[in-house]
Amino acid sequence: MLFKVFPVGELIRLFEILSADRIVGPVKKGEDQHGHSLYDFDVVHDFAELRLDYTQTIHSAKNYFLPYREDLCTFTFQDAAGAGGDETGGSGDGQGRPNAAGARDGGSGDWQKEVDYGVYAPLVLFGLHPCDINALNKLDKVLLGGRYPNPFYGEKRANMFIVGHSCNPQPFCFCKSMGTDSAIRGFDLFLTRMDDLYFAEVLSSRAFHLLEQIDCREPDSREHRRYLNEMAVKESLFVAHVDTSDLTKILDLEFQAPVWKEWGEKCLSCGTCAQVCPTCYCYGVEEHVDMDLNHGRKEKKLYSCNLLDFAVVAGGHNFRPESHTRLKYRYYHKHRGFVEAFEESLCVGCGRCGQSCLARITVPEVIASVRASK
Amino acid sequence: MTKNKTFLGVPVARPKVGFFELSSCEGCQLQLLNNEATLLDFLSLVEIVRFREGMKEASDEYEIAFVEGSVTRADEEERLKNIREKARIVVALGSCACFGGVNQLKNRFHDLEWVKKEVYGSFPIETQEVKPLSAVIKVDLEIYGCPIKKEEVERIVTALVLGEEIHHPQYPVCMECKARENICLFDLGEPCLGPVTRAGCDAWCPSNRLGCWGCRGPAPEANLTRLQIIMAERGISQERMIDRLECFGGFAGFVADIRVKKEEAK
Repeated sequence: MLFKVFPVGELIRLFEILSADRIVGPVKKGEDQHGHSLYDFDVVHDFAELRLDYTQTIHSAKNYFLPYREDLCTFTFQDAAGAGGDETGGSGDGQGRPNAAGARDGGSGDWQKEVDYGVYAPLVLFGLHPCDINALNKLDKVLLGGRYPNPFYGEKRANMFIVGHSCNPQPFCFCKSMGTDSAIRGFDLFLTRMDDLYFAEVLSSRAFHLLEQIDCREPDSREHRRYLNEMAVKESLFVAHVDTSDLTKILDLEFQAPVWKEWGEKCLSCGTCAQVCPTCYCYGVEEHVDMDLNHGRKEKKLYSCNLLDFAVVAGGHNFRPESHTRLKYRYYHKHRGFVEAFEESLCVGCGRCGQSCLARITVPEVIASVRASK
Repeated sequence: MTKNKTFLGVPVARPKVGFFELSSCEGCQLQLLNNEATLLDFLSLVEIVRFREGMKEASDEYEIAFVEGSVTRADEEERLKNIREKARIVVALGSCACFGGVNQLKNRFHDLEWVKKEVYGSFPIETQEVKPLSAVIKVDLEIYGCPIKKEEVERIVTALVLGEEIHHPQYPVCMECKARENICLFDLGEPCLGPVTRAGCDAWCPSNRLGCWGCRGPAPEANLTRLQIIMAERGISQERMIDRLECFGGFAGFVADIRVKKEEAK
């Protein structure tokens, strides 16, 4: 890895060079009833809106690479006469779309399928904390690493430039326990604030050439020490912890533990935890036919394993009708199944789920209670 | 527009549809007229034979009846039974038809003579305890909301015409609210019924910084016990919570339980 340092004042130049593309970063969304700032990721048009001092965003940046809703494909149906639905003729579907070869049902009605990955411009994610960068690394393993890479996700990832930023550990952050408190890959550039300087880790050639355009130099040994000192200070700020030792085995042993029922009684089955999670990727697919009967679409919606009908199968049987079973399987996927498959947890310890949960269900508390089960 | 439609080469019947209103503001029907962009598609999909807000003609030949409003008078009960006899499918349109709606608020006083006097003075008027359609006739399909969301009605009508299954979301409003990346109303100190109310509205009110009032009724398996704790933890009084739960009638059963427990506690 290459290291550089540059004065804090140069950051705006970096931002302006990158702003040729769409920049998404942390912005202040409002204040809660106690006057505390609330942050979220959003498109940033003005450097002044970018809040790199943010604590944690309410939602992850997921919407920009794994949208809550996305059309997997759209269809145009055309009848034999070339009429858009009306038996007695017309002029195509009225939108000048040609018939697609190979997309015919062979009968009297032809249909055409269109796929749009939803990538129209490169995206810069500016100011991701290590937890969110690690979340992307984990999603890459699932969505790109398998036999059938997800092209919707892959296209968005391929057109992404990531600027990481050092974080301010919050009382609910337990990334340190999950080994995701620092990022060693999955970014182009990672910035650590050291008072008047930025200490930059450079991972891509594009980031290297970008830094050539601003006032930037090699760090000296004093700055190396300053950087290590910054890391030590950050590490000392973590207060929430999760004991992950032998967790996969403990989860197996405690499958019937009564504490699951206690958490299940609290759970609202509302799916909030999954929606704010940077790594929850489960989804459902619905098919819709437009009212004109000439167009249809297949829509993917992110879903949550906590929702009542998550495990409903054809014929109507629900494998997980009780909320405690659904909640348990959420923990099993994050902390057991994924670990067995990828030798790492799917949870990055960002703490968003616990912060957003109205029933106050938090990962450190649930895991501690399961470990303490008798 | 009156030509027969086809879908993937298969002819699709254009059902005759009637719209009816019992005690209500008729706002749900107005919603249907509001979206001009899709109105023509809607009209080409179904043949509307009766729609007081949109046409003068009125026929009794219909297969699908959309009935808005709640039952509050004896003549409405008769009218509703008559509609049921004529229609193959009866759809309860909106929260009044599904749960009694805002009208059912008067039910909580248990003294209709007093309510009548308070509201209408000496003006003679007939009124009875408010009932949803399902208390009088068999209802085939319910479309929730006050008002209904037109996009949802369009989706349902398309499914009816194509003979597809109709699914309502099983999850609460929070799921859609999070997808819109709203700030949680509870963080702003506002009560919200989003955690227990059936979704499908795309978090209409919370997205406009108004806590959910539960117009779509409870989500299946709504955790009302936890909702009470959530409200109490945030200093929102039980009366304020009950006011919300009572507003549209969907939570009538839960409210009755809370009241019974309250009486027992005394």
